[in-house]
Amino acid sequence: MGQIQLKQVTKSFGDVQVIPPLDLTIHDGEFTVFVGPSGCGKSTLLRLIAGLEDITTGHIEIDGKDATDVVPAKRGLAMVFQSYALYPHMSVRKNIAFPLRMAKMDQAEINKRVEGAAAVLNLTDYLDRRPGQLSGGQRQRVAIGRAIVREPAAFLFDEPLSNLDAALRVGMRMEISELHKKLATTMVYVTHDQVEAMTMADKIVVLQAGVIEQVGSPLELYRTPRNTFVAGFIGSPKMNLITGEEAAKHNAHTIGVRPEHIDVVESDGQWQGTVGVAEHLGSDTFFHIHNTGLSDTMTVRAIGDVSLRHGDTIHLTPRAAEIHRFDADGLRIA
Amino acid sequence: MATKASRSAARMMMAPAVVLLLGWMLVPLIMTLWFSFTKYLPLRGDSIERGLDWVGFSNYSRFISSSSFWPSIQTTLIMVGGVLLITVVLGILLAMLLDQPMWGQGVVRILVIAPFFVMPTVSALVWKNMLMDPVNGIFSHLWRFFGAEPVAWLQDASLSSIVLIVSWQWLPFATLILLTAIQSLDSEQLEAAEMDGAPALKRFWFIVLPHLARAITIVILIQTIFLLSIFAEIFVTTGGAFGTRTLTYLIFQRVIDSQNIGLGSAGGVYAIILANIVAIFLMRIVGKNLDT
Repeated sequence: MGQIQLKQVTKSFGDVQVIPPLDLTIHDGEFTVFVGPSGCGKSTLLRLIAGLEDITTGHIEIDGKDATDVVPAKRGLAMVFQSYALYPHMSVRKNIAFPLRMAKMDQAEINKRVEGAAAVLNLTDYLDRRPGQLSGGQRQRVAIGRAIVREPAAFLFDEPLSNLDAALRVGMRMEISELHKKLATTMVYVTHDQVEAMTMADKIVVLQAGVIEQVGSPLELYRTPRNTFVAGFIGSPKMNLITGEEAAKHNAHTIGVRPEHIDVVESDGQWQGTVGVAEHLGSDTFFHIHNTGLSDTMTVRAIGDVSLRHGDTIHLTPRAAEIHRFDADGLRIA
Repeated sequence: MATKASRSAARMMMAPAVVLLLGWMLVPLIMTLWFSFTKYLPLRGDSIERGLDWVGFSNYSRFISSSSFWPSIQTTLIMVGGVLLITVVLGILLAMLLDQPMWGQGVVRILVIAPFFVMPTVSALVWKNMLMDPVNGIFSHLWRFFGAEPVAWLQDASLSSIVLIVSWQWLPFATLILLTAIQSLDSEQLEAAEMDGAPALKRFWFIVLPHLARAITIVILIQTIFLLSIFAEIFVTTGGAFGTRTLTYLIFQRVIDSQNIGLGSAGGVYAIILANIVAIFLMRIVGKNLDT
């Protein structure tokens, strides 16, 4: 069980309201990702759920019970921190056992659970080492181990992969996803990386300045972004947003086309421009295009290796069915 | 220091400091050793020019068989131990208090450090005459205000009084070092412990205290070195009377009051040995904290 419900939750630091009234339900067993640019309040929101910050007004319910004034330890949640927050003077075994020791569990049960967690996380050989003797990925796993031994109602992750290098990050991403499948426990995950959000989430919550911009599955957000912010934030490379005359042709204030939904054609394209930087990835080529008369730069994805060079003229045709339209307030026009 | 040239250049540049330090240390040390084996009573006409009589180990046996030797060792250990206990315990508490965000933090921190800048002689005089004086001291006024009989601090509780004075002087040092150590503690560790179900006292015991172990070690080591040679506070307040004669003070009395330089030098050598024993013990006990 691990349903978390936020009702009209607000948070102010002094006079500054960082989270205006906010409602959100996280269902049992769901992998929910909070994503947004830095400073959007996603970490604050997670800390409010954890109980490490007091909410200013509103209610938090965990499994239908009011948890607003419950201390962090009694909420039945476990958290993995960005810095891992391992206890440096304790061995891996003692680190993982710490929450159980605090709960005054008997030693035999502690050993059983610690060894179980270590086996799941491939830490058995490292149980007697200190955190300082482990690599970044191993420390990460110890932090997760310390969370899972408690068998919490939900896991909270605060940007857990941001201190790892790119290759390790991809690996840990998979491990966390697999752990979620195995445990089927609610997980709330904070990140600023939309790739992590897209690949891991059952449900993405896009935040900006403490306000929820959109909630939905990764593909919902990709296919039908509710406004220009979500449209620009979800998807990589970013969606091209075009205003002015071209948008007016589609009866909209702004239109958006994803780089992968524009075709490069030999001639007579609907739009044309000069090629700026071309990023050749082998499987794809990303062109940054100038002088289209539509927006400053436009990004286009071509499949495979297309031999256009810097300064060449490029002809483009957007796929009409894939054009997103937004009104003057930035909201999607159905 | 990669190349041969830079290594020899480094040695050349360090040489003056090394020579100076060695001279500063070795010359007095060797002179002390020499005097300790001679009969050197300046009032009876002994002097270096006329040559001193070699007496072997008789100064050593006389110093140790004196009735005031063992009590002085005991006094020294009580004084050092008492001051260490008070400064470390109060230092940890004060450091945690000062770590809390509060109005006027900068000023408060400077005020806390202030006692460290007061010269030992001056602070001992202030304590003796303004605070602990049985007639006019602030304490005696306080005691009388509550209808109690004023305490003659430096006579009836002489050793504790001196421990109090010295602790007051060294508390800022301990607080300062422990404060910087506390500030380097990652707040996420405390939050993680909080989530793990550790109440405040257990967070202190399992997270804060182990984090401070290294800083506490350093405070104990440095303070012990300085506390073994406490002098001004005793000289100004009790003059070594009422059971406040430490080893340092006993040596001073042998040399200056009894004008027996040989006997005092033998005591000095004992003091060196005592300091080393204490240092080795401390390193053994707390040294483990330094290598991890």
